[in-house]
Amino acid sequence: MSSNLQNAAVPIPIPVDHRSPARAAGPRSKFRPASVGHTLGQVSPEIAKVGLSEICLSYRTESGERLLALDHINLEVKPGEFLCVVGPSGCGKSTLLHLIAGLHQQTSGQILVDGKPVEGAGTDRILIFQELGLFPWLTVGQNVEFGTKMKGVSKAGREEKTRYYLRLVHLSQFKDSYIHQLSGGMRQRVALARALATEPDVLLMDEPFAALDAQTRDLLHDELERIWAETGRTIIFVTHNVREAIRLGDRVVLLTFRPGRVKREFPIDLPRPRVLEDVHVAHAARAILDELREEINRSLEVEYSVGVKPHVVPGAEP
Amino acid sequence: MKRAARLVIFYTCLLGLWALLAQLKIWPPYLFPTPWGVAQELYYGFSDHSYWIAIAVSMRRVLIGYAISVVAGMILGLGVASNKFLEETMGGLLVSLQSLPSICWWPLALLWFGLNQNAILFVVIMGSLLSVTLAMEDGRKQMPKIYGMAGRNLGARGFQLFWHVLLPASLPFIVSGLKQGWAFAWRSLITAEMLYVSLGLGQVLMMGRETSNMNAVIAVMILIIALGYIVDGLIFKSMERHLQHKWGLTPAT
Repeated sequence: MSSNLQNAAVPIPIPVDHRSPARAAGPRSKFRPASVGHTLGQVSPEIAKVGLSEICLSYRTESGERLLALDHINLEVKPGEFLCVVGPSGCGKSTLLHLIAGLHQQTSGQILVDGKPVEGAGTDRILIFQELGLFPWLTVGQNVEFGTKMKGVSKAGREEKTRYYLRLVHLSQFKDSYIHQLSGGMRQRVALARALATEPDVLLMDEPFAALDAQTRDLLHDELERIWAETGRTIIFVTHNVREAIRLGDRVVLLTFRPGRVKREFPIDLPRPRVLEDVHVAHAARAILDELREEINRSLEVEYSVGVKPHVVPGAEP
Repeated sequence: MKRAARLVIFYTCLLGLWALLAQLKIWPPYLFPTPWGVAQELYYGFSDHSYWIAIAVSMRRVLIGYAISVVAGMILGLGVASNKFLEETMGGLLVSLQSLPSICWWPLALLWFGLNQNAILFVVIMGSLLSVTLAMEDGRKQMPKIYGMAGRNLGARGFQLFWHVLLPASLPFIVSGLKQGWAFAWRSLITAEMLYVSLGLGQVLMMGRETSNMNAVIAVMILIIALGYIVDGLIFKSMERHLQHKWGLTPAT
């Protein structure tokens, strides 16, 4: 693991301005962000990688009442952008990712990827589930290979991709291990490699590091940032941890508690790589946390009033 | 090693008790055969190839019938599990049908297929199909939903999704059902074979009865038990162990 730590300490040069073309000079330069030269927040629909317009989602609860989970969400994600979505638990942020992945259907509104409406699941958008969903009957290598196998890539091509992405997440030696033999952080990296191996344009990550210890999480932040810089993927990252969002994101979107609405967007212009404990990160977190706390309080009120035991929201740490 | 020693002691005692009772001649030998009489019968049966033929015929039938049951049962079980209407209607019917001994289908099977192999196969299938179906239905429900979602997310569709994701993901949950299906198939087969000139083990057993040869009856009973046990021990046990190893489940001790 010490070699990983060194990698983290001496990262592949990530420019201060993440929109600089130098970031895309990695092996997958065809994914050069198209956003170069455009300013934040002023994106026209034509160049948005992912565009959500007026997304609503409601469902019927067991008691028969209709519950509005997502309420007119409008969001645009630029190509190559690292967007973080934060909100209290129950704000529908995971559901939003499922909608973009095409695993569920919104009640109304439209999701565009590269200007085309989303119709069901597609390998241009890969979701890394919170529970990962790694296949325990397959080895690490076979898990990573799975997507390309479904695509019908030749055996040689699959092996090459698997080898490449396993090396990218530093798991080459564990190719033949089964999932249960790995630690939490290693499983996380397998899930990342499995998602990347299908070479999706958009990577959707659902609280991927929530269950990890702080050291592993820091390490994976560094690795994710490095991989993002090397591959130039568009990432939508859902978390309830505000500092994590600031650590990683180009922009942080705050959702309200039930129904989920976009409360506010925060562009994060801090130089990369950022450190969780950095004073600027803490400062930026302050503003977001204040707004988030309102939502958390609302969520606690609702949960107390219906007699449900409130659960701790780790994002509310000072 | 210890376990093996205990097993040897147990079976030696069992055989000893049997030999002792036979030696005491409380009952005449044609009612209560001796171990050596049965052993001799087994030796004759194998050396004149009649047991080999019977085993081959029976195994072939049960393999065909069981294979059909597994394929049909998996499709049926998946269908029932993934369709609410089918679950409500067929689900209850399947459970109640399972209480029907499969040999009850024999009269109908005779009428539909005639006095031949197919009638036996039908009874075998009716015996094991339901276990497999119910196991598959249950396995599909117990299987964590995330595997299906992850599979679709990674581009698996239709048959690919079934073959590469749903089937392997549900295997740990259906392996006991598959095993039960095998046991039912084997029992149904022997029962059906006893009812007509079928060349299988069941008929060899009935021939023993008709010729008042209790040695042969017990010899064939031992064969039936042994074959069932071998399949269970070799195929299903190793399958379970393999699954446990892959999934990281602690092996049942």
